[in-house]
Amino acid sequence: MLGEGILKGLAETARNFLGSYVSKDRLTTVQFPEERLPHIEAARSFPFLVYDGEDWQQGMRCVSCLICEKECPPKCIFIEKSKDKKPDATGKPQFYPVVFNIDVSVCMSCQICVEVCPFDAIKMDVEFELSTNDRFGGLLWDKERLAKSNAYYGKIHPTEAAAVDAQLAEERAKLEAKAKLAAEAKTATVATPPAQPLRETSETTEGSGA
Amino acid sequence: MATTTYPTAHITPKPSTDGGEDQFLEVSMGPQHPSTHGVFRMNVVLDGERVVKLKPVFGYLHRNHEKIAENESYLGSMPYTDRLDYLCSITNNWAYALAVEKLAGIQVPERAEYLRVITGELTRLQNHACLIGFLMQDMGASGTPLMYAFREREKILDLFESLTGARMMCNYMRFGGCRVDASADWLQQAQKVMEAFPRFLDEYERLLTENEILMARTQGVGVLPRELAVNAGITGPMLRASGINYDIRKVDKYGIYDRFAFKVPLGEHGDVYDRYMIRVLEMRESIRILQQAMREISPGPIQDPKTKIRGFRPKAGEAYGRIESPKGELGFYLISDGSPNPYRYRVRPPSLINLTVLEEMCLGQNVADVVITLGSIDIVLGEVDR
Repeated sequence: MLGEGILKGLAETARNFLGSYVSKDRLTTVQFPEERLPHIEAARSFPFLVYDGEDWQQGMRCVSCLICEKECPPKCIFIEKSKDKKPDATGKPQFYPVVFNIDVSVCMSCQICVEVCPFDAIKMDVEFELSTNDRFGGLLWDKERLAKSNAYYGKIHPTEAAAVDAQLAEERAKLEAKAKLAAEAKTATVATPPAQPLRETSETTEGSGA
Repeated sequence: MATTTYPTAHITPKPSTDGGEDQFLEVSMGPQHPSTHGVFRMNVVLDGERVVKLKPVFGYLHRNHEKIAENESYLGSMPYTDRLDYLCSITNNWAYALAVEKLAGIQVPERAEYLRVITGELTRLQNHACLIGFLMQDMGASGTPLMYAFREREKILDLFESLTGARMMCNYMRFGGCRVDASADWLQQAQKVMEAFPRFLDEYERLLTENEILMARTQGVGVLPRELAVNAGITGPMLRASGINYDIRKVDKYGIYDRFAFKVPLGEHGDVYDRYMIRVLEMRESIRILQQAMREISPGPIQDPKTKIRGFRPKAGEAYGRIESPKGELGFYLISDGSPNPYRYRVRPPSLINLTVLEEMCLGQNVADVVITLGSIDIVLGEVDR
Protein backbone atom coordinates (compact mmCIF):
# COMPACT_ATOMS: atom_id res chain seq x y z
CA MET A 1 0.00 0.00 0.00
CA LEU A 2 1.30 3.41 -0.86
CA GLY A 3 2.10 5.39 2.24
CA GLU A 4 2.67 2.39 4.43
CA GLY A 5 6.38 3.13 4.75
CA ILE A 6 5.70 6.70 5.72
CA LEU A 7 3.22 5.63 8.40
CA LYS A 8 5.70 3.12 9.75
CA GLY A 9 8.31 5.87 9.93
CA LEU A 10 5.88 8.17 11.68
CA ALA A 11 5.11 5.47 14.22
CA GLU A 12 8.84 5.29 14.89
CA THR A 13 9.04 9.02 15.38
CA ALA A 14 6.06 8.87 17.74
CA ARG A 15 7.69 6.09 19.70
CA ASN A 16 10.82 8.15 20.08
CA PHE A 17 8.87 11.23 21.05
CA LEU A 18 6.77 9.48 23.67
CA GLY A 19 9.73 7.42 24.78
CA SER A 20 11.67 10.58 25.51
CA TYR A 21 9.34 11.19 28.46
CA VAL A 22 10.12 7.88 30.10
CA SER A 23 13.47 6.70 28.82
CA LYS A 24 16.67 8.55 29.57
CA ASP A 25 18.15 6.75 26.60
CA ARG A 26 15.96 8.61 24.15
CA LEU A 27 16.35 12.04 25.64
CA THR A 28 20.02 12.71 25.82
CA THR A 29 19.93 16.50 25.75
CA VAL A 30 21.74 18.25 28.55
CA GLN A 31 20.94 21.88 29.37
CA PHE A 32 24.56 22.82 29.24
CA PRO A 33 25.60 25.66 31.51
CA GLU A 34 23.27 24.56 34.29
CA GLU A 35 23.55 20.83 33.77
CA ARG A 36 26.83 19.16 32.95
CA LEU A 37 27.77 15.71 31.87
CA PRO A 38 30.10 13.82 34.19
CA HIS A 39 33.72 14.48 33.42
CA ILE A 40 35.42 11.70 31.46
CA GLU A 41 38.71 10.85 33.07
CA ALA A 42 40.82 10.43 29.96
CA ALA A 43 39.61 13.68 28.42
CA ARG A 44 42.19 16.21 27.41
CA SER A 45 42.20 19.84 26.41
CA PHE A 46 45.49 21.73 26.65
CA PRO A 47 48.79 21.04 28.38
CA PHE A 48 49.84 22.36 31.76
CA LEU A 49 53.05 22.18 33.79
CA VAL A 50 53.09 20.12 36.95
CA TYR A 51 54.81 21.33 40.10
CA ASP A 52 55.45 19.50 43.35
CA GLY A 53 54.94 21.06 46.74
CA GLU A 54 53.49 24.48 47.46
CA ASP A 55 55.64 26.92 45.54
CA TRP A 56 55.11 26.67 41.80
CA GLN A 57 58.38 28.34 40.94
CA GLN A 58 60.47 26.09 43.09
CA GLY A 59 58.56 22.89 42.56
CA MET A 60 58.27 22.96 38.81
CA ARG A 61 59.24 19.59 37.41
CA CYS A 62 60.27 20.97 34.04
CA VAL A 63 64.05 21.01 33.65
CA SER A 64 63.78 22.74 30.29
CA CYS A 65 65.20 19.90 28.21
CA LEU A 66 63.42 21.32 25.14
CA ILE A 67 62.17 17.93 23.94
CA CYS A 68 58.52 18.95 23.89
CA GLU A 69 59.39 22.14 22.06
CA LYS A 70 61.16 20.11 19.41
CA GLU A 71 58.54 17.37 19.09
CA CYS A 72 55.43 19.56 19.18
CA PRO A 73 53.85 19.12 15.73
CA PRO A 74 52.42 22.63 15.31
CA LYS A 75 55.34 24.16 17.24
CA CYS A 76 53.22 25.97 19.79
CA ILE A 77 55.69 25.66 22.67
CA PHE A 78 58.41 28.22 23.28
CA ILE A 79 61.00 27.61 25.99
CA GLU A 80 63.96 29.66 27.09
CA LYS A 81 66.39 27.58 29.10
CA SER A 82 68.02 29.02 32.22
CA LYS A 83 71.76 29.62 32.43
CA ASP A 84 71.98 28.66 36.10
CA LYS A 85 70.65 25.78 38.14
CA LYS A 86 68.20 26.08 40.99
CA PRO A 87 67.24 23.41 43.50
CA ASP A 88 63.98 21.67 42.62
CA ALA A 89 61.41 20.21 45.02
CA THR A 90 63.78 17.45 46.10
CA GLY A 91 66.65 19.88 46.56
CA LYS A 92 68.63 18.75 43.55
CA PRO A 93 70.00 21.58 41.42
CA GLN A 94 68.33 21.61 38.01
CA PHE A 95 67.95 23.85 35.02
CA TYR A 96 64.59 25.52 34.83
CA PRO A 97 62.64 27.31 32.10
CA VAL A 98 63.05 31.07 32.28
CA VAL A 99 60.24 31.39 29.75
CA PHE A 100 57.76 28.65 28.98
CA ASN A 101 55.00 29.73 26.66
CA ILE A 102 52.25 27.72 25.01
CA ASP A 103 50.16 29.36 22.36
CA VAL A 104 46.85 27.59 22.87
CA SER A 105 45.43 29.10 19.71
CA VAL A 106 47.99 26.97 17.85
CA CYS A 107 48.00 23.91 20.12
CA MET A 108 45.97 21.03 18.72
CA SER A 109 45.74 18.96 21.90
CA CYS A 110 47.57 16.00 20.41
CA GLN A 111 49.30 15.02 23.65
CA ILE A 112 52.65 14.36 21.98
CA CYS A 113 54.41 16.70 24.43
CA VAL A 114 53.06 14.57 27.27
CA GLU A 115 54.24 11.38 25.62
CA VAL A 116 57.78 12.55 24.99
CA CYS A 117 58.37 14.29 28.32
CA PRO A 118 60.87 12.19 30.30
CA PHE A 119 60.19 14.05 33.55
CA ASP A 120 56.37 13.84 33.73
CA ALA A 121 56.43 17.60 33.85
CA ILE A 122 53.79 18.37 31.24
CA LYS A 123 50.31 16.88 31.37
CA MET A 124 46.95 17.47 29.74
CA ASP A 125 44.37 19.63 31.40
CA VAL A 126 40.61 19.17 31.15
CA GLU A 127 39.60 22.81 31.39
CA PHE A 128 37.67 23.78 28.28
CA GLU A 129 35.84 27.05 28.85
CA LEU A 130 38.71 29.23 27.80
CA SER A 131 37.25 32.01 25.72
CA THR A 132 38.89 35.34 26.12
CA ASN A 133 38.45 38.73 24.56
CA ASP A 134 42.15 39.07 23.89
CA ARG A 135 42.90 36.64 21.14
CA PHE A 136 46.66 37.17 21.08
CA GLY A 137 47.85 37.77 24.62
CA GLY A 138 44.95 35.96 26.21
CA LEU A 139 45.73 32.74 24.39
CA LEU A 140 49.49 32.86 24.85
CA TRP A 141 49.91 31.20 28.21
CA ASP A 142 53.04 31.80 30.21
CA LYS A 143 54.72 29.72 32.87
CA GLU A 144 52.58 31.08 35.67
CA ARG A 145 49.31 30.41 33.85
CA LEU A 146 50.48 26.91 32.95
CA ALA A 147 51.74 25.86 36.36
CA LYS A 148 49.37 23.61 38.24
CA SER A 149 50.00 21.50 41.30
CA ASN A 150 50.44 17.76 41.32
CA ALA A 151 47.38 17.60 43.58
CA TYR A 152 45.33 19.16 40.79
CA TYR A 153 46.70 16.60 38.37
CA GLY A 154 45.70 13.85 40.77
CA LYS A 155 42.22 15.32 40.92
CA ILE A 156 41.58 15.45 37.18
CA HIS A 157 43.25 12.20 36.10
CA PRO A 158 43.26 10.01 39.24
CA THR A 159 44.40 6.68 37.77
CA GLU A 160 47.00 8.16 35.46
CA ALA A 161 48.36 10.41 38.20
CA ALA A 162 48.55 7.57 40.68
CA ALA A 163 50.62 5.55 38.20
CA VAL A 164 52.91 8.51 37.55
CA ASP A 165 53.33 9.20 41.28
CA ALA A 166 54.15 5.59 41.98
CA GLN A 167 56.70 5.54 39.19
CA LEU A 168 58.31 8.77 40.37
CA ALA A 169 58.44 7.54 43.96
CA GLU A 170 60.10 4.36 42.79
CA GLU A 171 62.67 6.28 40.79
CA ARG A 172 63.33 8.56 43.73
CA ALA A 173 63.76 5.59 46.07
CA LYS A 174 66.18 4.05 43.61
CA LEU A 175 68.15 7.29 43.38
CA GLU A 176 68.25 7.62 47.16
CA ALA A 177 69.42 4.06 47.55
CA LYS A 178 72.09 4.71 44.96
CA ALA A 179 73.16 7.90 46.71
CA LYS A 180 73.30 6.07 50.02
CA LEU A 181 75.35 3.34 48.43
CA ALA A 182 77.75 5.84 46.94
CA ALA A 183 78.06 7.69 50.25
CA GLU A 184 78.74 4.48 52.09
CA ALA A 185 81.30 3.38 49.57
CA LYS A 186 83.00 6.72 50.05
CA THR A 187 83.13 6.33 53.81
CA ALA A 188 84.34 2.79 53.33
CA THR A 189 87.25 3.89 51.18
CA VAL A 190 88.15 6.78 53.48
CA ALA A 191 88.16 4.78 56.69
CA THR A 192 89.76 1.38 56.24
CA PRO A 193 90.27 -0.31 59.61
CA PRO A 194 90.59 -4.10 59.14
CA ALA A 195 87.34 -4.98 60.98
CA GLN A 196 85.10 -2.39 59.23
CA PRO A 197 84.61 -3.73 55.64
CA LEU A 198 82.55 -6.73 56.66
CA ARG A 199 79.96 -4.61 58.44
CA GLU A 200 79.90 -2.11 55.61
CA THR A 201 79.20 -4.68 52.92
CA SER A 202 76.35 -6.16 54.89
CA GLU A 203 74.83 -2.67 55.19
CA THR A 204 75.24 -1.89 51.52
CA THR A 205 73.49 -5.05 50.45
CA GLU A 206 70.63 -4.05 52.71
CA GLY A 207 70.61 -0.60 51.15
CA SER A 208 70.52 -1.86 47.59
CA GLY A 209 67.84 -4.38 48.53
CA ALA A 210 65.56 -1.58 49.67
CA MET B 1 25.94 29.44 -22.20
CA ALA B 2 25.64 32.52 -20.13
CA THR B 3 28.90 34.36 -19.98
CA THR B 4 28.93 35.59 -16.47
CA THR B 5 32.00 36.41 -14.51
CA TYR B 6 29.98 36.52 -11.33
CA PRO B 7 27.87 33.38 -11.36
CA THR B 8 25.50 34.41 -8.60
CA ALA B 9 24.39 37.42 -10.61
CA HIS B 10 22.16 35.18 -12.72
CA ILE B 11 20.48 33.40 -9.88
CA THR B 12 17.03 34.55 -10.99
CA PRO B 13 16.10 32.82 -14.24
CA LYS B 14 15.74 35.18 -17.12
CA PRO B 15 12.83 34.30 -19.37
CA SER B 16 14.09 33.71 -22.81
CA THR B 17 12.10 33.29 -25.97
CA ASP B 18 14.66 32.94 -28.70
CA GLY B 19 15.64 29.43 -27.63
CA GLY B 20 19.33 30.25 -27.85
CA GLU B 21 22.07 29.67 -25.41
CA ASP B 22 20.57 32.21 -23.06
CA GLN B 23 18.22 29.55 -21.83
CA PHE B 24 20.99 28.11 -19.74
CA LEU B 25 21.42 29.33 -16.26
CA GLU B 26 24.66 29.10 -14.42
CA VAL B 27 24.31 28.64 -10.71
CA SER B 28 27.13 28.64 -8.24
CA MET B 29 26.26 26.28 -5.44
CA GLY B 30 28.50 26.79 -2.49
CA PRO B 31 31.05 27.22 -1.03
CA GLN B 32 28.78 28.15 1.83
CA HIS B 33 25.85 26.11 0.66
CA PRO B 34 24.38 23.97 3.44
CA SER B 35 24.15 20.91 1.22
CA THR B 36 27.75 20.86 0.09
CA HIS B 37 29.05 19.23 3.28
CA GLY B 38 31.66 21.86 3.84
CA VAL B 39 33.31 24.48 1.73
CA PHE B 40 32.78 22.95 -1.67
CA ARG B 41 31.46 24.72 -4.75
CA MET B 42 29.71 23.40 -7.80
CA ASN B 43 29.26 25.51 -10.88
CA VAL B 44 26.10 24.03 -12.27
CA VAL B 45 24.75 24.94 -15.69
CA LEU B 46 21.05 24.37 -15.81
CA ASP B 47 18.56 24.05 -18.58
CA GLY B 48 15.43 24.73 -16.61
CA GLU B 49 15.71 22.17 -13.83
CA ARG B 50 17.97 19.87 -15.79
CA VAL B 51 21.73 19.80 -15.22
CA VAL B 52 23.72 20.33 -18.41
CA LYS B 53 27.14 20.79 -16.97
CA LEU B 54 28.64 20.58 -13.54
CA LYS B 55 32.04 21.75 -12.50
CA PRO B 56 33.24 20.98 -9.01
CA VAL B 57 35.46 23.63 -7.46
CA PHE B 58 37.36 22.69 -4.38
CA GLY B 59 40.43 23.73 -2.48
CA TYR B 60 38.79 26.13 -0.06
CA LEU B 61 39.94 24.01 2.86
CA HIS B 62 43.44 23.36 1.59
CA ARG B 63 45.76 23.25 4.56
CA ASN B 64 48.97 22.07 2.96
CA HIS B 65 48.77 18.80 4.82
CA GLU B 66 51.23 16.87 2.68
CA LYS B 67 53.88 19.55 2.70
CA ILE B 68 53.54 20.06 6.43
CA ALA B 69 53.97 16.34 6.93
CA GLU B 70 57.19 16.39 4.92
CA ASN B 71 58.64 18.87 7.39
CA GLU B 72 57.37 17.01 10.42
CA SER B 73 58.65 13.94 12.19
CA TYR B 74 56.85 10.71 11.39
CA LEU B 75 54.97 10.78 14.66
CA GLY B 76 54.31 14.49 14.27
CA SER B 77 51.99 13.97 11.31
CA MET B 78 49.86 11.48 13.19
CA PRO B 79 47.68 14.14 14.83
CA TYR B 80 47.41 15.92 11.49
CA THR B 81 45.89 12.82 9.91
CA ASP B 82 43.02 13.15 12.40
CA ARG B 83 42.04 16.30 10.58
CA LEU B 84 41.78 14.73 7.16
CA ASP B 85 38.48 12.96 7.43
CA TYR B 86 37.46 14.46 10.71
CA LEU B 87 34.51 12.14 11.16
CA CYS B 88 36.71 9.06 11.31
CA SER B 89 40.05 10.04 12.72
CA ILE B 90 40.86 6.54 13.90
CA THR B 91 40.82 4.99 10.46
CA ASN B 92 43.02 7.82 9.20
CA ASN B 93 45.49 7.07 11.95
CA TRP B 94 45.35 3.44 11.05
CA ALA B 95 46.14 3.96 7.38
CA TYR B 96 49.09 6.19 8.21
CA ALA B 97 50.37 3.83 10.89
CA LEU B 98 50.07 0.96 8.42
CA ALA B 99 52.14 2.81 5.82
CA VAL B 100 54.86 3.64 8.33
CA GLU B 101 54.85 0.09 9.67
CA LYS B 102 55.37 -1.20 6.14
CA LEU B 103 58.14 1.30 5.60
CA ALA B 104 59.99 0.45 8.78
CA GLY B 105 59.00 -3.21 9.03
CA ILE B 106 57.33 -2.97 12.42
CA GLN B 107 55.18 -5.77 13.78
CA VAL B 108 51.96 -5.02 15.61
CA PRO B 109 51.07 -7.08 18.69
CA GLU B 110 47.84 -9.00 18.60
CA ARG B 111 45.93 -7.02 21.19
CA ALA B 112 46.74 -3.81 19.38
CA GLU B 113 45.37 -5.31 16.17
CA TYR B 114 42.15 -6.17 17.94
CA LEU B 115 41.91 -2.71 19.42
CA ARG B 116 42.43 -1.28 15.96
CA VAL B 117 39.66 -3.40 14.53
CA ILE B 118 37.29 -2.51 17.37
CA THR B 119 37.88 1.22 17.20
CA GLY B 120 37.98 1.15 13.41
CA GLU B 121 34.65 -0.61 13.11
CA LEU B 122 33.09 1.68 15.70
CA THR B 123 34.29 4.54 13.53
CA ARG B 124 32.62 2.96 10.52
CA LEU B 125 29.37 2.63 12.45
CA GLN B 126 29.27 6.27 13.43
CA ASN B 127 30.39 7.51 10.03
CA HIS B 128 27.74 5.57 8.15
CA ALA B 129 25.00 6.49 10.62
CA CYS B 130 25.90 10.15 10.26
CA LEU B 131 26.21 9.98 6.50
CA ILE B 132 22.68 8.63 6.24
CA GLY B 133 21.54 11.40 8.54
CA PHE B 134 23.21 14.01 6.36
CA LEU B 135 21.78 12.46 3.23
CA MET B 136 18.28 12.71 4.69
CA GLN B 137 19.01 16.27 5.68
CA ASP B 138 19.89 17.01 2.05
CA MET B 139 16.62 15.44 1.04
CA GLY B 140 14.68 17.77 3.27
CA ALA B 141 14.06 15.48 6.22
CA SER B 142 15.47 18.20 8.38
CA GLY B 143 16.34 16.96 11.78
CA THR B 144 14.80 13.67 12.70
CA PRO B 145 17.06 11.06 11.04
CA LEU B 146 20.17 13.14 11.59
CA MET B 147 19.40 13.70 15.24
CA TYR B 148 18.74 10.01 15.78
CA ALA B 149 22.07 9.25 14.16
CA PHE B 150 23.82 11.85 16.25
CA ARG B 151 22.28 10.45 19.40
CA GLU B 152 23.88 7.09 18.63
CA ARG B 153 27.10 8.64 17.43
CA GLU B 154 27.42 10.41 20.75
CA LYS B 155 27.60 7.08 22.55
CA ILE B 156 30.44 5.96 20.31
CA LEU B 157 32.22 9.28 20.69
CA ASP B 158 31.95 8.95 24.48
CA LEU B 159 33.66 5.60 24.12
CA PHE B 160 36.40 7.22 22.07
CA GLU B 161 36.80 9.96 24.61
CA SER B 162 37.15 7.60 27.52
CA LEU B 163 39.69 5.57 25.59
CA THR B 164 41.73 8.11 23.67
CA GLY B 165 40.96 11.36 25.43
CA ALA B 166 39.24 13.08 22.54
CA ARG B 167 35.93 12.69 20.81
CA MET B 168 36.99 13.39 17.28
CA MET B 169 40.71 14.11 17.12
CA CYS B 170 41.60 10.79 18.71
CA ASN B 171 45.27 10.51 17.73
CA TYR B 172 45.05 6.95 18.88
CA MET B 173 47.31 4.77 16.73
CA ARG B 174 51.03 4.61 17.10
CA PHE B 175 53.55 2.88 14.90
CA GLY B 176 53.54 -0.70 16.05
CA GLY B 177 50.38 -0.50 18.09
CA CYS B 178 48.08 1.85 19.90
CA ARG B 179 48.70 4.63 22.36
CA VAL B 180 46.67 3.45 25.33
CA ASP B 181 45.25 0.14 26.31
CA ALA B 182 41.56 -0.39 26.74
CA SER B 183 40.53 -1.39 30.24
CA ALA B 184 38.14 -4.23 30.89
CA ASP B 185 35.64 -1.61 31.91
CA TRP B 186 35.97 0.13 28.56
CA LEU B 187 35.50 -3.10 26.66
CA GLN B 188 32.37 -3.76 28.66
CA GLN B 189 31.01 -0.33 27.80
CA ALA B 190 31.86 -0.90 24.14
CA GLN B 191 30.07 -4.21 24.29
CA LYS B 192 27.00 -2.47 25.63
CA VAL B 193 27.04 0.15 22.90
CA MET B 194 27.56 -2.51 20.27
CA GLU B 195 24.70 -4.63 21.56
CA ALA B 196 22.35 -1.68 21.54
CA PHE B 197 23.30 -0.63 18.03
CA PRO B 198 21.29 -3.22 16.05
CA ARG B 199 18.16 -2.02 17.80
CA PHE B 200 18.90 1.49 16.63
CA LEU B 201 19.55 0.20 13.13
CA ASP B 202 16.18 -1.56 13.07
CA GLU B 203 14.57 1.64 14.20
CA TYR B 204 16.44 3.63 11.61
CA GLU B 205 15.43 1.23 8.89
CA ARG B 206 11.77 1.26 9.91
CA LEU B 207 11.98 5.02 9.70
CA LEU B 208 13.63 5.16 6.30
CA THR B 209 14.06 2.05 4.20
CA GLU B 210 10.50 1.63 3.05
CA ASN B 211 9.63 5.27 3.10
CA GLU B 212 7.95 6.06 -0.21
CA ILE B 213 9.29 9.59 -0.35
CA LEU B 214 12.82 8.37 0.14
CA MET B 215 12.38 5.75 -2.53
CA ALA B 216 10.87 8.21 -4.97
CA ARG B 217 13.68 10.65 -4.39
CA THR B 218 16.59 8.23 -4.54
CA GLN B 219 15.79 5.26 -6.77
CA GLY B 220 17.22 5.69 -10.23
CA VAL B 221 18.89 8.93 -9.25
CA GLY B 222 22.61 9.54 -9.59
CA VAL B 223 23.30 6.21 -11.21
CA LEU B 224 26.94 5.24 -11.41
CA PRO B 225 27.50 2.49 -13.99
CA ARG B 226 29.87 -0.33 -13.13
CA GLU B 227 32.38 0.37 -15.90
CA LEU B 228 32.63 4.02 -15.04
CA ALA B 229 33.04 3.23 -11.35
CA VAL B 230 35.96 0.93 -12.10
CA ASN B 231 37.56 3.23 -14.64
CA ALA B 232 37.34 6.24 -12.39
CA GLY B 233 38.94 4.39 -9.49
CA ILE B 234 35.95 4.70 -7.22
CA THR B 235 36.28 2.74 -4.00
CA GLY B 236 34.34 2.06 -0.88
CA PRO B 237 30.59 1.81 -0.43
CA MET B 238 30.06 3.75 -3.63
CA LEU B 239 31.83 1.14 -5.74
CA ARG B 240 30.06 -1.70 -3.98
CA ALA B 241 26.71 0.00 -4.52
CA SER B 242 27.48 -0.29 -8.23
CA GLY B 243 27.87 -4.02 -7.78
CA ILE B 244 31.63 -4.50 -7.76
CA ASN B 245 32.86 -6.80 -5.07
CA TYR B 246 35.91 -4.95 -3.86
CA ASP B 247 36.57 -4.44 -0.20
CA ILE B 248 40.15 -3.91 0.90
CA ARG B 249 39.41 -5.68 4.15
CA LYS B 250 38.83 -8.77 2.02
CA VAL B 251 41.37 -8.06 -0.72
CA ASP B 252 44.37 -7.06 1.37
CA LYS B 253 43.34 -8.65 4.65
CA TYR B 254 45.40 -6.03 6.41
CA GLY B 255 45.76 -6.34 10.14
CA ILE B 256 43.75 -9.34 11.25
CA TYR B 257 40.73 -9.03 9.00
CA ASP B 258 41.27 -12.55 7.72
CA ARG B 259 40.11 -13.84 11.10
CA PHE B 260 36.62 -12.41 10.91
CA ALA B 261 33.66 -13.79 9.05
CA PHE B 262 31.73 -11.00 7.39
CA LYS B 263 30.01 -10.38 4.10
CA VAL B 264 30.52 -7.61 1.62
CA PRO B 265 27.14 -6.18 0.70
CA LEU B 266 26.72 -5.34 -2.97
CA GLY B 267 24.30 -3.07 -4.75
CA GLU B 268 22.66 -3.68 -8.06
CA HIS B 269 21.65 -0.40 -9.59
CA GLY B 270 24.32 1.96 -8.32
CA ASP B 271 21.83 4.68 -7.53
CA VAL B 272 21.52 6.80 -4.42
CA TYR B 273 19.15 4.34 -2.79
CA ASP B 274 21.64 1.52 -3.22
CA ARG B 275 24.31 3.66 -1.67
CA TYR B 276 22.04 4.30 1.29
CA MET B 277 21.22 0.61 1.61
CA ILE B 278 24.85 -0.49 1.30
CA ARG B 279 25.70 1.64 4.28
CA VAL B 280 22.94 0.18 6.39
CA LEU B 281 24.07 -3.33 5.50
CA GLU B 282 27.71 -2.48 6.11
CA MET B 283 26.83 -1.28 9.56
CA ARG B 284 25.26 -4.63 10.27
CA GLU B 285 28.38 -6.39 9.04
CA SER B 286 30.52 -4.07 11.17
CA ILE B 287 28.55 -5.17 14.18
CA ARG B 288 29.28 -8.78 13.27
CA ILE B 289 33.00 -8.01 13.09
CA LEU B 290 32.80 -6.17 16.39
CA GLN B 291 31.08 -9.08 18.07
CA GLN B 292 33.81 -11.46 16.96
CA ALA B 293 36.60 -9.05 17.89
CA MET B 294 35.17 -8.40 21.34
CA ARG B 295 34.89 -12.09 21.95
CA GLU B 296 38.39 -12.94 20.81
CA ILE B 297 40.40 -10.07 22.26
CA SER B 298 42.94 -11.27 24.80
CA PRO B 299 45.34 -9.43 27.09
CA GLY B 300 48.84 -8.67 25.95
CA PRO B 301 51.15 -5.84 24.98
CA ILE B 302 49.72 -3.07 22.83
CA GLN B 303 52.86 -1.73 21.25
CA ASP B 304 56.01 -3.16 19.76
CA PRO B 305 58.61 -2.36 22.45
CA LYS B 306 61.24 -1.70 19.81
CA THR B 307 59.39 1.25 18.32
CA LYS B 308 60.87 4.52 19.33
CA ILE B 309 58.74 7.55 19.92
CA ARG B 310 61.54 10.04 19.45
CA GLY B 311 64.18 10.03 16.76
CA PHE B 312 62.29 7.56 14.61
CA ARG B 313 64.19 7.12 11.33
CA PRO B 314 63.03 4.39 9.01
CA LYS B 315 65.62 3.32 6.49
CA ALA B 316 65.42 4.64 2.96
CA GLY B 317 62.62 3.15 0.90
CA GLU B 318 59.03 3.60 -0.01
CA ALA B 319 55.75 2.14 1.16
CA TYR B 320 52.08 2.40 0.40
CA GLY B 321 49.67 1.50 3.15
CA ARG B 322 45.99 1.37 2.46
CA ILE B 323 42.90 0.47 4.39
CA GLU B 324 39.20 0.34 3.79
CA SER B 325 38.17 3.54 5.49
CA PRO B 326 34.42 4.16 5.82
CA LYS B 327 34.62 6.25 2.67
CA GLY B 328 36.77 4.00 0.52
CA GLU B 329 40.39 3.22 -0.07
CA LEU B 330 42.44 5.49 2.11
CA GLY B 331 46.10 5.19 1.26
CA PHE B 332 49.28 6.83 2.44
CA TYR B 333 52.32 6.75 0.21
CA LEU B 334 55.60 7.47 1.92
CA ILE B 335 59.14 7.78 0.65
CA SER B 336 61.87 7.81 3.23
CA ASP B 337 65.41 8.95 2.62
CA GLY B 338 66.54 7.84 6.04
CA SER B 339 65.99 11.22 7.67
CA PRO B 340 63.56 11.85 10.53
CA ASN B 341 60.96 13.33 8.15
CA PRO B 342 59.42 11.63 5.14
CA TYR B 343 60.87 12.72 1.80
CA ARG B 344 57.48 12.43 0.19
CA TYR B 345 54.15 12.03 1.88
CA ARG B 346 51.10 11.53 -0.22
CA VAL B 347 47.51 10.84 0.77
CA ARG B 348 45.13 9.00 -1.49
CA PRO B 349 41.86 10.36 -0.17
CA PRO B 350 38.77 8.34 -1.06
CA SER B 351 36.51 11.39 -0.92
CA LEU B 352 38.40 13.28 -3.61
CA ILE B 353 38.54 10.39 -6.04
CA ASN B 354 34.91 9.45 -5.47
CA LEU B 355 34.01 13.05 -6.15
CA THR B 356 35.46 13.00 -9.66
CA VAL B 357 32.43 11.21 -11.12
CA LEU B 358 29.97 13.73 -9.71
CA GLU B 359 29.36 15.35 -13.10
CA GLU B 360 28.70 12.05 -14.86
CA MET B 361 26.22 11.05 -12.18
CA CYS B 362 24.40 14.37 -12.25
CA LEU B 363 24.08 15.09 -15.97
CA GLY B 364 20.48 15.10 -17.06
CA GLN B 365 19.17 15.04 -13.52
CA ASN B 366 17.23 17.70 -11.71
CA VAL B 367 19.09 20.25 -9.70
CA ALA B 368 17.60 18.90 -6.46
CA ASP B 369 19.09 15.51 -7.29
CA VAL B 370 22.56 17.01 -7.51
CA VAL B 371 22.32 17.72 -3.82
CA ILE B 372 21.45 14.17 -2.84
CA THR B 373 23.91 12.65 -5.29
CA LEU B 374 26.64 14.68 -3.68
CA GLY B 375 25.32 13.66 -0.28
CA SER B 376 25.45 10.00 -1.19
CA ILE B 377 29.12 10.17 -2.21
CA ASP B 378 30.00 10.87 1.40
CA ILE B 379 32.69 13.49 1.13
CA VAL B 380 34.47 15.27 3.89
CA LEU B 381 36.17 18.38 2.68
CA GLY B 382 38.99 18.06 5.15
CA GLU B 383 40.05 15.06 3.15
CA VAL B 384 39.21 16.35 -0.33
CA ASP B 385 41.29 19.50 0.00
CA ARG B 386 43.85 18.38 2.57
